[in-house]
Amino acid sequence: MLAVEASLRAQGERQIKEGDVVIVYERHDRMKAVIVARNGELQNRFGVFPHNEWIGKPFGCRVVGKKGGGFVFLLAPTPELWTLVLPHRTQILYVADISFVISFLELRPGSVMLECGTGSGSLTHSLARAVAPSGHVHTFDFHEQRALAAKQEFERNGVGHLVTVTMRDIQGQGFPEEFVGGQADAVFLDLPQPWLAIPSAASSLRCDGGICSFSPCIEQVQRTCEALTIPEFTDIRTFEVLVRTYEVRQEFLQTTLQCGTQFASDCLFKPPPQKRQRPQKGRKRETRPVIAKPYPDTKGHTGYLTFARRST
Amino acid sequence: MEGTMGANSNNRNLTTPGCAVLLDINDGDRLAFAHLSPHASVKVGNAKCLLDPLVGIPFGSVFEVQSGPNGHVLVRLQHPITESKEKESIESEEAVESICRDNRALIDNNTAQTLSAEDIEQMRREGATGKAIIEALVANSASFEAKSAFSQEKYKRRKQKKYAPHVLVRRPSARSVCEAYFAKDPNKIGFLRMDTLALLLSLANVGANAEVLVLDMLGGLLTAAVAERLGGHGSVCSTFHTAKAQTVDMVRLFNFDTSTASRVFRVSLSELTGARYATQKAQEGKEATDASDGLQEPPCSGETFLTAPRAEENISEPKQGPIEGNKAKLSAPVEDMTRWASQGFSSLIVGAPYLDPWTVAQCMLPLLASSAPFVIYHPYSQPLAECMHHLQAEHMAVALQLSEPWLREYQVLPSRTHPNMQMSSTGGYVLSGITITNT
Repeated sequence: MLAVEASLRAQGERQIKEGDVVIVYERHDRMKAVIVARNGELQNRFGVFPHNEWIGKPFGCRVVGKKGGGFVFLLAPTPELWTLVLPHRTQILYVADISFVISFLELRPGSVMLECGTGSGSLTHSLARAVAPSGHVHTFDFHEQRALAAKQEFERNGVGHLVTVTMRDIQGQGFPEEFVGGQADAVFLDLPQPWLAIPSAASSLRCDGGICSFSPCIEQVQRTCEALTIPEFTDIRTFEVLVRTYEVRQEFLQTTLQCGTQFASDCLFKPPPQKRQRPQKGRKRETRPVIAKPYPDTKGHTGYLTFARRST
Repeated sequence: MEGTMGANSNNRNLTTPGCAVLLDINDGDRLAFAHLSPHASVKVGNAKCLLDPLVGIPFGSVFEVQSGPNGHVLVRLQHPITESKEKESIESEEAVESICRDNRALIDNNTAQTLSAEDIEQMRREGATGKAIIEALVANSASFEAKSAFSQEKYKRRKQKKYAPHVLVRRPSARSVCEAYFAKDPNKIGFLRMDTLALLLSLANVGANAEVLVLDMLGGLLTAAVAERLGGHGSVCSTFHTAKAQTVDMVRLFNFDTSTASRVFRVSLSELTGARYATQKAQEGKEATDASDGLQEPPCSGETFLTAPRAEENISEPKQGPIEGNKAKLSAPVEDMTRWASQGFSSLIVGAPYLDPWTVAQCMLPLLASSAPFVIYHPYSQPLAECMHHLQAEHMAVALQLSEPWLREYQVLPSRTHPNMQMSSTGGYVLSGITITNT
């Protein structure tokens, strides 16, 4: 999933090979991750797609279904696309929150990041990209099955070398000993009771390092902010981020109005004599502008993001 | 409290002589950039303070403006929290009672404070600390006791900001630079808000080893933000379409080390399109057996854009130019140019408020690899809508989305939690998509 160093890249276009994860794109809201397998096959409403025909083609190509006639596109996976297709084992974070967290925590290549809980690994893939190639993401989850499923996914998606998954109850036990003394550059908490993890986060963070806590409920935010109001933390800020999307199409807008039974002449506005038009009988005129209109349904709330910095 | 560092080296978290810093004056009231050069100073209220004490200290340190016999000086606070902030504990009975007070009997006629401005000036000249001055003001205020606990805290905080302002030394980063400019000079960055910038970087899949093409007309903010995320691995090609390349001076605020700065290139659009077109023509020439339909001219030639003259230097010159003011070399090494021409860039970010997005897209999308994400930022939605419409009609991309980011900050305090009274109404719009191969 992540870019490789130039010297290790093949010359020319990136081609699909056996074992690759591809994102099969039907529509902006219909996508699916598929592992390319020799003699494998994908079936959907557009027909049958043998994997063998994908091998050797460039990412971004169009493939036509047999016995269906429709087509799909084979896209290269990115953390953003993965967030849209991954299997949900828990509620996940989406690109609006993910992008803001990474930017606000000032993650960069080489950063050491602590994440709790792993959940479905949505944020984790973006964290891995942010700290690659020399940093590391230590992610914790108290659910054994989910921790294992996440670990397997990280391996399959090629980020396993950047992510260590540990089964651990951070609320109860805090972060492991190895991080005490400010070993981490940043901490992210997505927990039911994040205030319980604050003291441990404080001892794991380096000076001027960042912490972020994501909570759906304002009561959780209040308790977390209270827990952060200690000498070890400063600059406590809480935000909400959302993204509104627009549908774009051409719309017909009429440019003639009917005033009584005649157009133009009997209206209040009288154009200058030479421009006065003869009444058009029954002739409607329109323009077709491109319009952008927000989609009627939009996300109202995901959670509050509370940030703070480890004091110097 | 001194933590050891993670994978980052220790000294990256200390200020160095001449480095750029972001000064946060009085808890976000004012933000200012400064370079810690020998005689640099900052004006806080009426006080001009030299920045010498700020060299060699950890980023995140807090200083207080104190008066002395030689004028105003910045003094580092060792335990800023205990000296400047009081924990807002509202547990005691007395505290609960003090919250229930209200202002019905308080008359605002400027007679409550018995200390005169003269008295305060005297205290300052004698070198009284901020804490001492505030205590004196509180003691001499007739109305202070009658205020609610919250009102008392607000009062003390106001007095502290006036008589003992604090300066927090922050390390410039994409987010903090963007936020500072958005607050004080948004036009320079095309009204790009920090959450929008964050969204651009994620949607464009920016990470180590990416080959990112950027059209940055936002002072260099996009170029710097990408370079920060690359950390010296991969490339950011900050291109230009005019005869004289637009400045990307903001890059100098980021204190990039040599390895990071060396991966920032400036190459003209005409050079990039010329190389890409030539490579693709050569590739097609190898594959084609019959005469193909006339290969179209690269969309960037002729009238569509002002073509920049070829860079004076021979592009086969191996030395590349890090961005250093006007001395930037406007080219890139042969191996990078060849790679970009044959593989295409892995993603594109456009921030050009005065260019038509569809014109830009037509010219620049062919420079990308297949299945490469691209994002076009614009302060207005209509031009992006029209661009999206064309891209759909011409089948040039999939996963097209026109997004409008929304951001709201909250004040979270016991019994006083609510969204901030002020809010930004717009942070611009983003058109995103992924290129495809129409074979």
